[in-house]
Amino acid sequence: MNASAITGKTGSATPLALARPGKGGDAAFRLLSWLMGMMVLVLLAVVGWILCHGSRFAIAKFGWQFLVHTNWNPVEGDFGALPFIYGTFVSSFLGLLIALPLSLGTAIYLAELAPGWVRQPAISMIEMLSAIPSVVFGLWGIFVLVPWLQAGPYPALAKYFGFVPFFQGGGYGQCMLSAAVIIAIMILPIITSISREVFRAVPDSQREAAFAMGATRWEVTQLAVLRYSARGIFGAAMLGLGRALGETMAVTMVIGNSDQFSMSLLKPGNTLASGIANEFAETTSEIHRSALFELGLMLLLVTVATHLLARLLIGAAGARRHPGA
Amino acid sequence: MCAGVVIAPLALVLFYLIKAGASSLDPHFFTQLPKPVGEAGGGMANAVVGSLTLLGLGGLVGIPIGVLGGVYLSEFGTRRMKWAVRFAADILSGTPSIVWGIVVYALVVLPMAGYSAYAGGLALGFMMIPIIIRTTEEMLALVPNSYREAAFALGIPHWRIVLNITLKMAGRGVITGILLAAARVAGETAPLLFTAFGNSFWCRRLSEPIAALPLQIYVYAISPYDDWHRQAWAGALVLIMFALALNIGVRVMTRGNAPRLAR
Repeated sequence: MNASAITGKTGSATPLALARPGKGGDAAFRLLSWLMGMMVLVLLAVVGWILCHGSRFAIAKFGWQFLVHTNWNPVEGDFGALPFIYGTFVSSFLGLLIALPLSLGTAIYLAELAPGWVRQPAISMIEMLSAIPSVVFGLWGIFVLVPWLQAGPYPALAKYFGFVPFFQGGGYGQCMLSAAVIIAIMILPIITSISREVFRAVPDSQREAAFAMGATRWEVTQLAVLRYSARGIFGAAMLGLGRALGETMAVTMVIGNSDQFSMSLLKPGNTLASGIANEFAETTSEIHRSALFELGLMLLLVTVATHLLARLLIGAAGARRHPGA
Repeated sequence: MCAGVVIAPLALVLFYLIKAGASSLDPHFFTQLPKPVGEAGGGMANAVVGSLTLLGLGGLVGIPIGVLGGVYLSEFGTRRMKWAVRFAADILSGTPSIVWGIVVYALVVLPMAGYSAYAGGLALGFMMIPIIIRTTEEMLALVPNSYREAAFALGIPHWRIVLNITLKMAGRGVITGILLAAARVAGETAPLLFTAFGNSFWCRRLSEPIAALPLQIYVYAISPYDDWHRQAWAGALVLIMFALALNIGVRVMTRGNAPRLAR
């Protein structure tokens, strides 16, 4: 636009004719990049549509009952998603419960206490942990974690806490609790690295003020750092939860894949994701596949909701970093 | 102390991987097809090639959409459209991998009436898009505006500016994003379960089912055979090495990049 204004003013001067841009190329390139940007929106719409469309039979047949019904029987064509919903939420929240204190401790250590020579290698190690594929965690879970848990902790839990419904039964290695432990290990890195960033964003003046009041290092961390970044920590936890809910392979490999509803953490269970992974390839009827699509739809809605909440919270914490901007 | 607890699992996973993986990793792994149950030996040559093929196919889908989408966000888009595209990319990046599996199943496998390498590649490509878009946009945003203004003042067409100046300056960063995306999806199993499906032989046509390393690891891990378990460990070791190599490659590139575009 500017270029043509200049050429217009200088009239017939030949050298400037060279500078006249070919508008065709510009328009084409702009259109191309616009199309690619649009592709993202289209893709999102397609994902939503396919999941809704795929689950239309199950939605029509079971309605809201689908969410609270505990019977999942492909043979009789009767489907209720409660075992999967229960399994997903319990394993994810339990995983988060295990992972959160550990991650926060690590993040505090790395942000506040660690000497420089520990910090960098430790951060790289934790980043490496997040680069390990899910299926490898599953492999390790099957052959190392589950036998270990089955040998020691589980019999002890069943023996001493067997009166609590959550710890009844047992004898299985592949169960909900194993899934929760694997999930915890897998979401450690993301929670750690995000809460470390949140802690680092706490202004030094906060810490200095607390120190000046005579606070000990622990009190400083507690008052100046943790309180200040509570929102960001919550966001980090939500992001971890989002990962946990959608985690598929490692969970499928250690949870035992049972469609029977059971409160106990020491019995095999199933999650939304592991149910799909396990049954989708061998669906027997249209309604079975449709029910699995509906599981997928629920999974998508839940993960998207947690993901957005996390983004909102972390974004808000980040915005506080630059109050002027 | 907490840090110790966090790093312990990583150390344990790596320890077992190297212990169990290295002992069963031999040259046959890369040259032979899987043997039937009961016969010792064999390898995962088809799965290694299959994984690379799927990554290539994924790149064909993910790289153009990702990079040009990033260009759109950084150079062209209107405010409202940019918000919408960013929002969509954000949601897509949070979409669980298994959901991609069933979406591509309905999109490709059902109409084509069969599992295929195309479907697997498409699933991986879809997963790469949000990652590449975000890094590309961030990298392009780091190119100082004065460069663009200088180029406009010379009367260079906008598309030449983007291709020859902006993208070129941000080139390393963009490639970093692509490598990161590749490393992320290379280990994915869930989206391949109902798309690429797996194959114990060579895949001769891309419209046939194709083997992939993570898929093979999964199938072998849940099988009851010791020999297959060993192969699974070996496969996991190879997969991790690949992911780590990509990650280290990324780190080297960003380090070299640091002086020009501060991170």
